[in-house]
This record gives sequence, structure tokens and C-alpha cells, in this order.
Amino acid sequence: MIGFLFSVVAVLVLVGIALVGVGGLGLKVLFGVIIPYAAVLTFFAGLVYRVVDWGRSPVPFRIPTTCGQEKSLPWIKTNKVDNPCSGGMVLLRMAFEVLTFRSLFRNMKLDYRQGPTIRYSSEKFLWLFAMMFHWAFLVVIIRHARFFTEPIAQWLQGIEHLDGFLEFNLATFGIGLPTIQMSGLILLGGVTLLLVRRIVVPSVRYISLASDWFPLFLITFIALTGILARYVIRVDVVKIKELAMGLATFHPVVPDGISVWFYVHFFLVCVLFAYFPFSKLMHLGGVFLSPTRNLVNNSRAVLHVNPWSYPVKTHAYHEYEDDFREQMIEAGLPVEKTLEEAAAEKAPAAPAPAEADTEVTEEKED
Amino acid sequence: MKLYNGPQIIVGLVIFLAIFTYPLWSGAGKAAPVPKPQPVPKSVATQCVADTAYMRTSHMTLLNYWRDEVVRDGDRLYVSASGKTFNMSLSNTCFECHTSKVKFCDQCHNYLAISPFCWDCHLTPKEKK
Ligand code: HEC
Ligand code: HEC
Ligand code: HEC
Ligand code: HEM
Repeated sequence: MIGFLFSVVAVLVLVGIALVGVGGLGLKVLFGVIIPYAAVLTFFAGLVYRVVDWGRSPVPFRIPTTCGQEKSLPWIKTNKVDNPCSGGMVLLRMAFEVLTFRSLFRNMKLDYRQGPTIRYSSEKFLWLFAMMFHWAFLVVIIRHARFFTEPIAQWLQGIEHLDGFLEFNLATFGIGLPTIQMSGLILLGGVTLLLVRRIVVPSVRYISLASDWFPLFLITFIALTGILARYVIRVDVVKIKELAMGLATFHPVVPDGISVWFYVHFFLVCVLFAYFPFSKLMHLGGVFLSPTRNLVNNSRAVLHVNPWSYPVKTHAYHEYEDDFREQMIEAGLPVEKTLEEAAAEKAPAAPAPAEADTEVTEEKED
Repeated sequence: MKLYNGPQIIVGLVIFLAIFTYPLWSGAGKAAPVPKPQPVPKSVATQCVADTAYMRTSHMTLLNYWRDEVVRDGDRLYVSASGKTFNMSLSNTCFECHTSKVKFCDQCHNYLAISPFCWDCHLTPKEKK
């Protein structure tokens, strides 16, 4: 509950900062140039740092206990996608995960509908809302490239046309032109549904912290101010492109006559970018590094050596016997090799030490 | 310290950075010209059908309103804030003062890759060289 309130207040304060900063104090260069550059720099540097930091942790073992049979004997059916044994299949599993959120599709919930016996039933809403939200977010971000590129690429225009192809009209609100772009509304809808789910489902609410609420509210307000800017307040897009192109070509300009609501939208986006590397939003990078998804499950065919294993000092019986063979024979103790046998064995060179990741040759039994 | 799976991680990061910096390399850092819609000669008019700031941002809303008025209600007269009356018509009224689509409307629209489909049906003035 504290996290919830804290996050609402924090986002409202951020809106207030932009309103006062630009509307009241006229700090357009700060909010239009300095903060954006600082935020983008933080985003890139932070993200690279986090990923490299993850890369420095060793991943010792394959995790084949997923939802399918690992490759084993020829007559046991293998699940190649869920439990891949080759790089290509791992790519396929990753593609399913990243593009369709496959593991979220398996989401289950406890279900008491049939009396006291517990059962698990599928719960697809999280998956559905997440798909709406993430895909719309992607399309919205791609479409925003029209502010930062000149000339605007043909494929970008294509996306815009597709996004607006319904050409529906909210004439009662005076909204019909500019063309309504679906992705913006789906984004707002998706993020709202995710928020509502967090509020309504008690178990999810219980585990929600400020770091869960804050990004949701921040993105809700970004979508809200963007939609307001386009359809209601109607900001001067030509001048905003001037500003954005100035940033993209490193010749920043701050044209007059841009609505303060654009700066609110822009400032919240800057906060999102700067906050990104330090937050759970890093799952953007993390999903590619999930060990349960991105490792080839070939531990039955390949020897994987734990990277932090150090050579353990051992002293096996045959070495002990080498040390004390003469004394043992003198004392009448049984030995495995006579003195002559041991001497004959010493002559050839010692066998090469075992290498990591060597193929274990299959031994066929007929 | 060692980077595990270094090649994959570095390739991934490079791809990520390449995609996210698309605006920086796609235009090769060239400064883009700012659109300059052809001004209306003072002798023709000094004021648009609504005030300029509104026209800059909301002319499409106005056109949408005009269309609905004409097509649905058969009402063709628009009284502006300054008290002048205009015939609510896309081709006949706007281009009376803004005599070129290419030098006026398209200036802004090309800058943002907007291509209104109005011209599938509505006429535009002959462009003089
Ligand atoms: C100051 C620059 C500017 C000028 C001049 C201009 N427009 Fe626009 N127009 C815009 C912008 C910007 C948009 C789109 C806003 C958006 O996409 O958010 C737009 C959108 C439109 C749309 C809606 C298109 C859609 O599908 O969303 C129509 C119709 C339109 N303009 C007609 C005209 C006509 C007709 C003229 C010439 C008489 C004209 N405009 C001149 C900037 C301009
Ligand atoms: C009576 C002549 C007249 C008519 C009719 C007219 N305009 Fe204008 N328009 C002007 C003038 C004059 C200006 C420049 C005003 C200024 O500089 O303050 C202007 C400015 C504009 C601007 C802003 C351009 C800029 O560079 O900031 C747009 C957009 C625009 N008109 C669109 C339209 C559209 C769309 C129509 C048809 C609905 C239309 N105009 C009809 C005279 C007219
Ligand atoms: C399918 C063809 C078609 C398209 C596309 C079209 N219109 Fe029209 N429009 C018409 C017809 C037909 C009328 C009725 C003309 C009349 O009664 O004078 C009309 C009337 C209008 C009118 C009022 C009358 C006049 O003379 O202009 C406006 C304003 C208008 N349309 C704006 C637009 C705008 C803005 C667009 C683009 C977003 C557009 N129209 C796209 C066919 C079209
Ligand atoms: C996380 C990144 C961002 C998100 C999620 C976002 C979201 C949105 C949404 C949902 C809209 C509504 C209209 C639409 O669907 O296009 C919008 C509009 C808008 N956004 Fe953003 N935005 C982001 C970044 C930015 C940035 C960096 C700028 C700076 C140029 C910006 C400037 C605008 C403007 C000017 C509009 C009005 C568009 C118009 O009138 O056509 N946004 N934004």
C-alpha cells in the first residue's frame, strides 16, 4: 500500500516538476536539451554496464528440467523446442520466448472452484495483457522515429499507415483527424489492464512493491500525456520535430510555441530512460540472458566443467601404493602391482590431462 | 575479470546499440531543413480562417468539422472568430489564399510523412512553376 501511494505521488510530482519547470520558470533548454541528453546517456551506459556485469557471472550448469524430454536414447521422443540440443533450436526457443512470451502462456493459478481439492488452472490474462502492452509499446516507439529522422523511411510510413488503417472516428469528441493510431490506445489499455490486475488480484497485490507500481504509473502517464498531446491538446508537431531533429543531429534548438504538455510527456520519458538500467525494466536485456532459455541442453553429450572448480588435491590408493610399495612387500602386505610391473609402467609418458568440454564418445551396446 | 560468452554478449550489445541509435546514423548527422510553408501575400489576406496557432496544430480538426457540417447537415457557411464568413470547402476555400498545395500543405506534411488521402477525391490547384 505504501509502495502504491509512493508511486502515484512520485509520478504526480514528476508531472508537477515539468509543469512548473517549463510552464512557470521557462526552463526549456533544461527540459528540452540537457535532461534528454543526460537521460539517454544514462540509459545506454547503464544498460551496457548491467549486461556486462551479468556476463561476468559464470553459468555453470545447463538447466534441462524444462517442460520437455531432453535428447537421450534414439527411441525416446525428444522435445526439440522445449529442450533443445542444438544452437538452432535454442534460437527458436528464444524467438518464441522473446516474441510471444511463451513461458508466460503457461501461467497457472490455484483454483478452488471444485471444493476443497486444490487444482491448477490456466491463467491467460497476464499473457494477453502483456502481449498487448509490449507490442503496442514497440510500435509506438518505432512510430516516434518520425520525429527523429529526416527523410522518414518508407517502412516507417508503412507502419503508420497500418497502424491507422481502421480510420475510425470519435466525432462526438471532435476526434477523427489526425488519424487515430491504434497502437497508442492499445498501449494505454494494456498498461491499465496490467495495473488493474495488480490491484484486483490479492496475491499479486501482496507481492507488489514500489518498484512494480512506479514503472506502471510512469508508463501510464507517458501514454496518457502522449494521447492528450495528439488528440486533445494538439501540440505543434512540426516544431517538436525541429527540437527532436536538433537533438538527433547534435545541433539542439528549442523552438518557441511548444505546449508545456509536450514537455511533461518528454520529461516523463526521460525519467523512464534514466530509471531503466536500475530497475526491473532491465528484463529487456535479461530475457536474452535467461539460463533456462538460452542454453543448449546437451549435458548428456558434452562434459561441462564448472568454471569455478579448482583442481582438487587427491591421493588415490594406487599413488599410495606407489609411495610405499617396497615397504608393503617387505611387510608381507598384498600389493596390486609387483615392483617389476610398476617399473615397466613408469617408462611410457603420462597420459594427457582431460580437457574441458570434450565429447564423450558414445558406447554402443549391441 | 572474465566475460563469459563474451562474443555473444558483445554482438548482442552492438545490435542493440545499432538499433537504438538509428536516428543518429540514418540521417548521417545532416541538419534537416525546417519546413517553410509559402506565406500568403499581404494583399490577399492577413488572417487565416482561425487564428494562426490554432491553424498550425488543428487545421485537420477544423476540416473534419467542416466536412461533417457540409455532408451531414448541409450547412456550408462558417463564421470565423473575427466575424468573416467562409464557404466550408476544402478545395475552394483553403486554396483561395494558399494557392499551392506543394508549396504550402506539402511543406509540413512531407516533413512528418503525412499523406492525407483527401486528394483522392478533392481537387488541388494546378501547380505553377
Ligand atoms: C504548419 C504545417 C502545416 C501546414 C502548412 C499544413 N499542415 Fe496539414 N498537418 C500538419 C500536421 C503536423 C499534421 C498531422 C498531425 C499529426 O500527425 O499529429 C497535419 C495533418 C493534416 C490532415 C490530417 C491527416 C491525417 O491523416 O491525420 C489533413 C487533412 C491536413 N493536414 C490538411 C492540410 C491542408 C489541406 C493543408 C493546406 C491547405 C495543410 N494541411 C497544411 C501540418 C501542416
Ligand atoms: C482568407 C485567406 C485564407 C484562407 C481562406 C485560408 N487561409 Fe490559412 N492562412 C492565411 C494567412 C494570411 C495565414 C498566415 C497567418 C499569419 O501569418 O499569422 C494562414 C496560415 C495558415 C496556416 C499556418 C501556416 C504557418 O506557416 O504557420 C495553416 C496550417 C493554414 N493557414 C491552413 C489553412 C487551411 C487548412 C485552410 C482551409 C480550411 C486555410 N488555411 C484557409 C490565409 C487563409
Ligand atoms: C471518397 C472521396 C473523398 C475523400 C477521400 C475525401 N472526401 Fe471530402 N468530400 C467528398 C464528397 C463527395 C463531398 C461532398 C461534396 C459536396 O457536397 O460539395 C466531400 C465534402 C468535403 C468537405 C465539405 C465540402 C467541400 O467542398 O469541401 C470537406 C471540408 C471535406 N470533404 C474534407 C475532406 C478531407 C479533409 C478529406 C481528407 C481527410 C476528405 N474530405 C476526403 C469526398 C471525399
Ligand atoms: C518511451 C517512449 C515513449 C512512449 C511510450 C510514448 C508514447 C506516446 C503515445 C502513446 C502517444 C499517443 C499518440 C501515438 O500513439 O502516437 C504519443 C504521442 C506523442 N509523443 Fe510520445 N512517447 C514516447 C517518447 C516520446 C519522445 C522521446 C518524444 C519526443 C519527441 C515524444 C513526443 C510525442 C509527441 C510530439 C506526440 C504527439 C504525436 C502527434 O501529435 O502525432 N514521445 N507518445
